[in-house]
Amino acid sequence: MTAVATSIALAEAEAFLYREARLADAWELEAWEALWTDDAVYHVPVDAGHDPRTHMSIIFDNRNRIATRIKQLQTGKRHSQRPPSRLCRSVSNVELLDPEGTDTVVTSVVQILESRDRGLTWWVGRVTHRLRRVDGQVRMAAKTVVLVDSDHALPSMSFLV
Amino acid sequence: MTTADVAPGDLRSRVGTDRVHGSLYTDPAIYALELERIWYTTWVYVGHTSEIPQPNDYVRKDIGPQQVVMTRDKAGGIHVLHNRCAHRGNLVCDAEQGNSSSFRCPYHGWTFANTGELLGFPFNQGYGGARARERLSGLGAAPRVESYRGFVFASLAAEGPTLREHLGAAADRIDQLVRLSPVGEVELTAGWVRHEVTANWKMLVENETDGYHPQFVHSSIFSISGSGIGALYSDKSTAVTRALGGGHSENDLSPEFRRLGVPMGWAGTPESKIPEYTAAMRAAYGAENGDEIMINGSPHVMIFPNLFIAEIQLFVLQPLAVDRTVQHVTAIQFAGAPDLNRRLVTQCVGSVGPAGMLLADDAEMYERNQRGVAQRRPEWLDLSRGLHRERTDEHGFTIGTATDETSMRAMWEHYLTLMDPS
Repeated sequence: MTAVATSIALAEAEAFLYREARLADAWELEAWEALWTDDAVYHVPVDAGHDPRTHMSIIFDNRNRIATRIKQLQTGKRHSQRPPSRLCRSVSNVELLDPEGTDTVVTSVVQILESRDRGLTWWVGRVTHRLRRVDGQVRMAAKTVVLVDSDHALPSMSFLV
Repeated sequence: MTTADVAPGDLRSRVGTDRVHGSLYTDPAIYALELERIWYTTWVYVGHTSEIPQPNDYVRKDIGPQQVVMTRDKAGGIHVLHNRCAHRGNLVCDAEQGNSSSFRCPYHGWTFANTGELLGFPFNQGYGGARARERLSGLGAAPRVESYRGFVFASLAAEGPTLREHLGAAADRIDQLVRLSPVGEVELTAGWVRHEVTANWKMLVENETDGYHPQFVHSSIFSISGSGIGALYSDKSTAVTRALGGGHSENDLSPEFRRLGVPMGWAGTPESKIPEYTAAMRAAYGAENGDEIMINGSPHVMIFPNLFIAEIQLFVLQPLAVDRTVQHVTAIQFAGAPDLNRRLVTQCVGSVGPAGMLLADDAEMYERNQRGVAQRRPEWLDLSRGLHRERTDEHGFTIGTATDETSMRAMWEHYLTLMDPS
């Protein structure tokens, strides 16, 4: 297959982003986890200019750790998600960027309203997805969420951002 | 409210040997008094020399709500300066860190050396000329700044115990940490994650060496990761909780690590993954000593009031209000150990911070505690766990079992000596 044949168009990328957002909001954990490729990287940096292998991040998960994160939520004893946050997120400003190899790179803006006992928290960030078609299905090989306030003190954020 | 709202004797009636009153976590007048008598008096951890390695390096830090700048002057001296222009009170330092021999206030251009000294004030005829420097102020500076093995502490009080007196036996734990570097140096170069909780700072201090909670708060991660941490804090554990004096305390897990007897077993890292590090350790300390250091592991120590060294990560606690605290956390990096350091960053990031698989749940407990303690009955928090089985170890320290509240009782005893010295 050529890069052209595997590339993902804007409309298909948008549909994927909306679906991912809906699954995360609705705590459809298994369906959300199934969106990842085997070599996935899930990254929420403090400073996007730093190498996450040598610098602190808010989240820096490989595929194994994504699985651990999901399993932890599924134990029902992840106290910071007991009860689960009520979430509603909006995805906008979707654009295709230059591809990386055969992966399609999509940028977007996410705004998430989280409701917990502590009150409402408004999370906003610039998101980059690296998408790939695997066995005919769109999957994400990487997702990076750069929160606008990632360099400040943040409250707990134990839902799937 | 003012500190006058706390009547003499009030505090002693709210701290018993086996209980503390809930108001100590919720009363703004007590918090105001804590700032004066603890945070602006005793030695507080500010930063590490590795954060300002070169002459004229600086980094912004804090002492509770006070914003300070930790600087290294051209001769290598370290200063902790209040971030406040002597003219109109503007913040003089904007950047989080950098390199500069001076700070220039953006408001009217007054400049200060990185020692705090006033250098210049534009249009100086308005002050009668350059000689006015003699009567005008420089930047406020912490009157006492000292460091121990690269750990810089400041006291905002001109007089008091020396840093070594303040640290006491906690200094040995810093030694224990630093020895895990083949060249004997810790470097805090991995950057910081900042995690804010709606809770009183003492909820965090008490939790840091509370060996009773891990099995409950962290069962979700222990049960799926096959982590051995839970067992270290069980009824059967040979680990001990030790009051180190000065409000400092530790969970000494080394008896369990010695039982395991595997170099780096404490970190859960097989030697085969970090061959360069283990070779460097044995070359630096000798095969036997090197192994012993790597078997005993890293400390789990709370250095009162704000420095928590938790094996592979370092937390700095910053109170901002009676019910607001920020935890600044970084992965500890050991000089001369690049292969180990990368693993430590990865491990630490998984555990700590707002999304951390451990710390998000600790934070949930702090916040639930803060809401719960505001309820009216039964007024008191119980601190009696293990009181009947406390004993004195061979060095004269009070110890309890892995899950006893020995550390909390010792913290409160020290708290009273600072808050009510009479």
